Amino acid sequence: MAEPILTVKNLSKSYGEQQVLHDINFSLQKGEVMTMLGPSGIGKSTLLRCLNGLEDFQTGELVFEGQTVKADNANWQQLRQKIGMVFQSYDLFPNMTVLQNITLAPVKVQKKSKAEAEQAARQLLKRVQLSDYANSYPRELSGGQKQRIAIARALAMHPDLMLFDEVTASLDPEMVRSVLDLIKELSEQDNMTMIIVTHEMNFARQIADQVLFLDQGTILEQTAGKDFFTNPQTQRAKDFLASMDF
Amino acid sequence: MEHSGISVLFQGRNFVRLLGGLWTSVWIAALALVFGLLLGALIGLLRTSKSKLLRAIFRIYLEFFRIVPTVVLLFLFYYILPRQVGINWPGSVMATIAFALWVSAEFSDIVRGALISVPKVQQESGLALGLSKWQLFIYVLLPQAFQLELPATINLATRVIKTTSLLMMISVMDLINVGQQIIEANNQSHPTAVFWIYGLIFLLYFIVDYPLSLWSKKVARRNQN
Amino acid sequence: MDWQIIQQSLPQFAQGFRETLWLSLVGILGAMVVGLCCSLIQYFKVPVARQLVSVYVELFRNTPLLIQLFFLYYAFPVMGLKMSAVTCGIIGLIFLGGAYMAEGFTGGFDGVSKTQVDSGRALGMSNWQLARYIVFPQGFSLSVPSLAANIIFLIKETSIFSVIAIPELTNTALDLIGLYYRSNEYLFVLVIAYAIILIPLSLLLTWLEKRVRYGTFGD
Repeated sequence: MAEPILTVKNLSKSYGEQQVLHDINFSLQKGEVMTMLGPSGIGKSTLLRCLNGLEDFQTGELVFEGQTVKADNANWQQLRQKIGMVFQSYDLFPNMTVLQNITLAPVKVQKKSKAEAEQAARQLLKRVQLSDYANSYPRELSGGQKQRIAIARALAMHPDLMLFDEVTASLDPEMVRSVLDLIKELSEQDNMTMIIVTHEMNFARQIADQVLFLDQGTILEQTAGKDFFTNPQTQRAKDFLASMDF
Repeated sequence: MEHSGISVLFQGRNFVRLLGGLWTSVWIAALALVFGLLLGALIGLLRTSKSKLLRAIFRIYLEFFRIVPTVVLLFLFYYILPRQVGINWPGSVMATIAFALWVSAEFSDIVRGALISVPKVQQESGLALGLSKWQLFIYVLLPQAFQLELPATINLATRVIKTTSLLMMISVMDLINVGQQIIEANNQSHPTAVFWIYGLIFLLYFIVDYPLSLWSKKVARRNQN
Repeated sequence: MDWQIIQQSLPQFAQGFRETLWLSLVGILGAMVVGLCCSLIQYFKVPVARQLVSVYVELFRNTPLLIQLFFLYYAFPVMGLKMSAVTCGIIGLIFLGGAYMAEGFTGGFDGVSKTQVDSGRALGMSNWQLARYIVFPQGFSLSVPSLAANIIFLIKETSIFSVIAIPELTNTALDLIGLYYRSNEYLFVLVIAYAIILIPLSLLLTWLEKRVRYGTFGD
């Protein structure tokens, strides 16, 4: 087996007295898709944010593309160009057009020329089927469109790993499909490595190469492939799957 | 003795007199606040009424106080009431009334803002429980509005206290007026007294206002969470 | 009310009107600059300067302009620094206003949502880039209402200049009352004069608030 793209070793995190993540261990191969499942508010998002340096952690280490991650700001700025992240609240920059949203980081952070960045951005817009909206402002878009732009914005940095934090949770049901299809396509066509926190169980079952089931900040199950859905080991996981009713 | 100006602060009864002046300022501010807040709460309530006329009248009332600087307001009361209406009360009473009306205008806007910002669901869920409109106001709207608008109200209080510095302009024996008298009495012997007296007054205002500001910020932060 | 008296006083009031306008303008612009500098120091958490700024802001926000002016005008000469009344007035207004404006800007910067900053950070932006492209543009827009309130407030505060005999509007009226004992007429003109400045301005500022808000956030 090749060297994993990301390895998490013994990661623990607490806010003051309260420990939110207990001794997290996993690794991810290039091209693999991992879904993180579990009840709300038990640290999935926090874990995801730790993987992008948006939260710090007390103990443990991350190894990304063979390098142990140093927890300083400058290093994270470098790494974040390779680790894209998309949030539940889309958070497009409201004062910029769609095109400006997508080209901002490539131009300012990666110092690409404006023309080059714009050309790449238009390609991405075509890809997310929103070419007509290049010069629109986020306020003119629906939630699903905004989220697809947010994904395009992250892809513009050519990341090696993408993190999705409940990206469909604030969308209307009819918008969810387009966003999930886009993520699926990224996996199938681009072989993109992804970690996805989601409550869309059908989607998770279709896309997951690996499932991490967390409860109370602890990994309860870590199963390859679709085993988690057909053959959950713990009672908590059985209860959880039953409650999701999909 | 050039640098003994500071000694003026503690000569004779000077320090006590200054504190007395501060007391006058604080007392006028406190009275103005009590009356102003009561009146303002009433006006604020009326500003959410269905009557367009009432709303317009009190809107104009508010805008008048927003436009006229407080100094000018004091002079309006100080000159016009005695000469036109024949009321001849001392400056401190005039100032209290002027400040109270100003406070009522500003507070009415705070109260109105609070009342319309309590979510409609809250009102509906109160009504759904069978509360009368009046009970809804007392038990649901008022407590929430109070909490919401406490920081703005405390800020208003700090503004009133700062504005008492204008009392000297209509000859009220406030903190600054007392300070001026002490400075004049000692100008020959202690030319630097002016530095210490005004320095102390500056500090006294700060000591009264700063804790209020801190309190207001603390409440505002708590409201956000 | 004697209209003739009003008419005769208009040239003097026009003079005071101009004085109030230019003092306000200089004071407001200066206050914006001071306030912006202070809020930047606080945003970037510049050591030492940051503590000094917060002491300055608290001191000036919690004391009356009148005593600040007295201190500048009467106490400073004793320490060997003598300035004209107008200089004292402008300095006083700039420093008072600077403290309020600093709070306004800082409030705006703080109001930018954390998720916006996070999403910029997730794109690999440096702290400076986050400030330049996300926090400042959105923060300025959020601070407009409080800056607008400060502008109105500072114009009204110029009335306090009358205590150090700067011939602005209020001082003009008080002088005329002292000379001719006609308080009704002069106070009437005075109120109208402030209304002429403040009513259009506050309408303009409200319009501007809405435009800026829409331009930035689209609601």
